[in-house]
Amino acid sequence: MKRLILLLAFAGPAYADDDFIATVTDPLTKTECSACHMAYPPVFLPAASWQKIMNNLPDHFGEDASLPEADARNIEAWLVANAASERAIKGVDLANPPLRISELPWFKRKHDREVSAKAIARAGSMANCAACHRGAESGYFSDD
Amino acid sequence: MKILMILAVLAAAPAFAGDTSPADLLARYSAESGTPADPSRGQALFTAAHGGGKPDTPSCTTCHTMDPTKPGQARTGKAIEPMAPSANPARFTEIAKVEKWFGRNCNSVLGRDCTAAEKADVIAWLNTL
Repeated sequence: MKRLILLLAFAGPAYADDDFIATVTDPLTKTECSACHMAYPPVFLPAASWQKIMNNLPDHFGEDASLPEADARNIEAWLVANAASERAIKGVDLANPPLRISELPWFKRKHDREVSAKAIARAGSMANCAACHRGAESGYFSDD
Repeated sequence: MKILMILAVLAAAPAFAGDTSPADLLARYSAESGTPADPSRGQALFTAAHGGGKPDTPSCTTCHTMDPTKPGQARTGKAIEPMAPSANPARFTEIAKVEKWFGRNCNSVLGRDCTAAEKADVIAWLNTL
């Protein structure tokens, strides 16, 4: 019983700490999604967006990111199961789901004014979270 | 007997890390193509700007740079480890990984699969660096 309580305590930090965003914990998802960019936290996109992305891997933001069918379906299922809550995607058109995290209202609100063109150039792309958020890979996106 | 059984299990294992080498792949692709590999053809393929692929990736060098002994950079800003085995011993040591990336990147750059001869040529060139 004690052990169970300990386990429950470990399951908690995602909600206990406002700064922490749950990272990708599924090994296959983490390996495949972090090959060219960081494995973005699944809560950054609604389920409909992940489905659209995972069903168009041969044209993944201008590149072929094809995976064996079974891998793609397993990753899709994990991302969908851990996707953004309804509250987090209020106002997003789910009939036409956004493909880029940077298209979401909360992302724009937090970046549009603050991030200069120079900073984006230095990062290489808006996709490179860790260029500014040094703790991004571990789930910490505090304002650096 | 025990050792035999372990060997049998190892031999039957699927494509895990460390199931091939640059020399082994070069031999395989050359055998498949039926012609000897040519490093200079590999260099030409790797460094040329091609049409037919996706507009953002006209060349292997778009991400891997003209010097495969140095790290490259994905369009996302993320670093790519060097392609030359001399600079990165982990390269070309896992068949499934090699096939996955040839499949993706030949399609991104050329708009088609690479032939076995092309794969052999590119590996032959990278092996000389």
